[in-house]
Amino acid sequence: MDMCAVWYFVETTINGALIGLMYALIALGFVLIYKSTDAINFAQGQFVMISGVMVAALAADYGVPVVFGVIIALVFMIGFNVMLERIVLRPMIGRPVVAIIMATIGLAAFLEGLFPMIFGATTRALDLGIPNDPIIVGQVYLTPINVVGGAVALAFFGVFSIFFMKSRKGVALRAVADSHQVSMAMGINVERYFVLAWSMAGVVAVLGGLLWGSAIGVDNTLAVVGLKVFPVVILGGLESIVGAIVGGVIVGVIEAWGGTYIDPAMTQPWFREFFPFEGGGTKDFLPYLLMIVVLFFKPYGLFGKVIIERV
Amino acid sequence: MFHRESGYYKTSYASDSALYPLPIARFAVAGFAILFFVVAPLAVSSYYLTILNLVGIAIVGALGLNILVGLTGQISIGHAAFMSVGAYTAANLATRFDLPFWITLPAGGLMAAAIGIVVGFPSVRIKGLYLAISTLAAQFIIDWFIVHTPAISGGFQASIQVPRPTVFGIVLDTQRELYLFILVIVVIAIVVALNIARSRVGRAFIAIRDQDIAAEILGIDVRRYKLMAFAISSFYAGVTGVLYTYYSGVANNEFFPLVVSIDYLAMVIIGGMGSVLGAIFGATFVTLLPIAIDLVMSSLGPYLIDDMGTLSGIKSHMRLILFGGLIMFFLVVEPDGLNRLWLNIRSYFRVWPFSY
Repeated sequence: MDMCAVWYFVETTINGALIGLMYALIALGFVLIYKSTDAINFAQGQFVMISGVMVAALAADYGVPVVFGVIIALVFMIGFNVMLERIVLRPMIGRPVVAIIMATIGLAAFLEGLFPMIFGATTRALDLGIPNDPIIVGQVYLTPINVVGGAVALAFFGVFSIFFMKSRKGVALRAVADSHQVSMAMGINVERYFVLAWSMAGVVAVLGGLLWGSAIGVDNTLAVVGLKVFPVVILGGLESIVGAIVGGVIVGVIEAWGGTYIDPAMTQPWFREFFPFEGGGTKDFLPYLLMIVVLFFKPYGLFGKVIIERV
Repeated sequence: MFHRESGYYKTSYASDSALYPLPIARFAVAGFAILFFVVAPLAVSSYYLTILNLVGIAIVGALGLNILVGLTGQISIGHAAFMSVGAYTAANLATRFDLPFWITLPAGGLMAAAIGIVVGFPSVRIKGLYLAISTLAAQFIIDWFIVHTPAISGGFQASIQVPRPTVFGIVLDTQRELYLFILVIVVIAIVVALNIARSRVGRAFIAIRDQDIAAEILGIDVRRYKLMAFAISSFYAGVTGVLYTYYSGVANNEFFPLVVSIDYLAMVIIGGMGSVLGAIFGATFVTLLPIAIDLVMSSLGPYLIDDMGTLSGIKSHMRLILFGGLIMFFLVVEPDGLNRLWLNIRSYFRVWPFSY
């Protein structure tokens, strides 16, 4: 194998891993909510979408600088998530999983209708001032937005780990995640920490909206990124923040390999002799396929908490 | 409906689980049969019959999903994929081998059931969200597989023209004939669903839903019944896909995207989980909702907004907002759905006018 192919492979893998870190950032919002409040949020992609749409629309239509737009979006998302927790999800504590899933699916539809109606459904660019020229390291060309996104995600994970390990609130949040009843008995105000978890998820959504918005543009399709969250969290395990990172990187790399190697291979005659498939697009379902395979061997994901059930 | 139940006592187990709980139920069923088989096709205009056809197709799918979600407590976010499987199976059989509908209809259902068992297999080991996501994965994988295999999808556009079904030499090509055809299937689907719910199988499903470990200790083969629930449910979904194919005259995967899976879940939940009547209510409600919104917006909209382009944009957004808002509203305020509302009305009139 010549060196060019090796460099190309390295480039694909690193770019894929960086995109994977950006997936992991969105997955983090999902994991945070699931861990601490047991609510399953199918609208995480829509949270990302609405914060992206808000910042981009404020910048493009009303001339608000991006920095102020981000602050407005942060305040809005935190307020919105707190309200949501209070009005919709708290009354549903203890209900079947399918009911909570359905409520957040309803929320997703609601947001997908409401925000484009307010701000218009056109595709907007979100300019954060990140240059377009590729960063060249050795023979590897890296996309700048992916590098920035990956770095921001990693930095955010670092801050989060310190918060969870060292700070008083972080420790309390971990206790709440472990058991609502025991932490209540220990004098932790569980409901206040639900609010904290939801607001942190709001912050993560704004960050994800900024990064993904500047990477692929802002419109309704930004919410599709949310569908990539599921293989990430299931691969890593629902309760695990480390799992979200590992799962994200795996999904990103698999997608990149699928797009670069499997799709072109499918047009080759030797492949088509065995599998009569047409066209590519494998990157959309490869993460899900991998996820199902992993679930057969590890039913709670790679880092998930193994639940022992009792009657 | 407004009959009194006083004086009828259920003295045996058989009478408690009878299909007709009271003698008057037979008359009610006969009344509905006359209404839908005789009056509706004669009195209703062709446009409204199309809507009734769509409702009928949705009822079949919702009944099937209700068996899985409402009775067995498993989740499937990939039901539209099973419909797609049924649709393409029937379309290929009908166009390549010229088979009549009474072969393609069950064949589509059986193919979907076979795929459903494969998709349901993870349910043996995993549950809750993990299961939900693995059925979501099935939606993407099956969809990709169908579109990218020309042998199934019939080439580039992934759509196959299907001839109209023939019954006793009559080609069903008007809405009225299609209505009667779909109605017969709907009646069969309802009767089967009612009987599943009150049989040994249905009781096993309910036991698994309530506590699967306890059900296993009671001697229910949990693995077998979970897979059976997936099979029955996806059989219904496959039949729904075949019906939709015959109704629209073309098999196309664009009819069965992820949104349709979510619509059907919404039908089961808005209607009321675990009840046949609820599935019928839910299917009717969710199918009529966009039509009603469209109607209201078209008649009121021009007075409020001048620009037609903006109006149609608002219409499609309004549908999403109301749809999502109603799902959340029902889940928070009335978890048992429309079926509970109906039962409340009934139990109010049960002792009316002496309601003390």
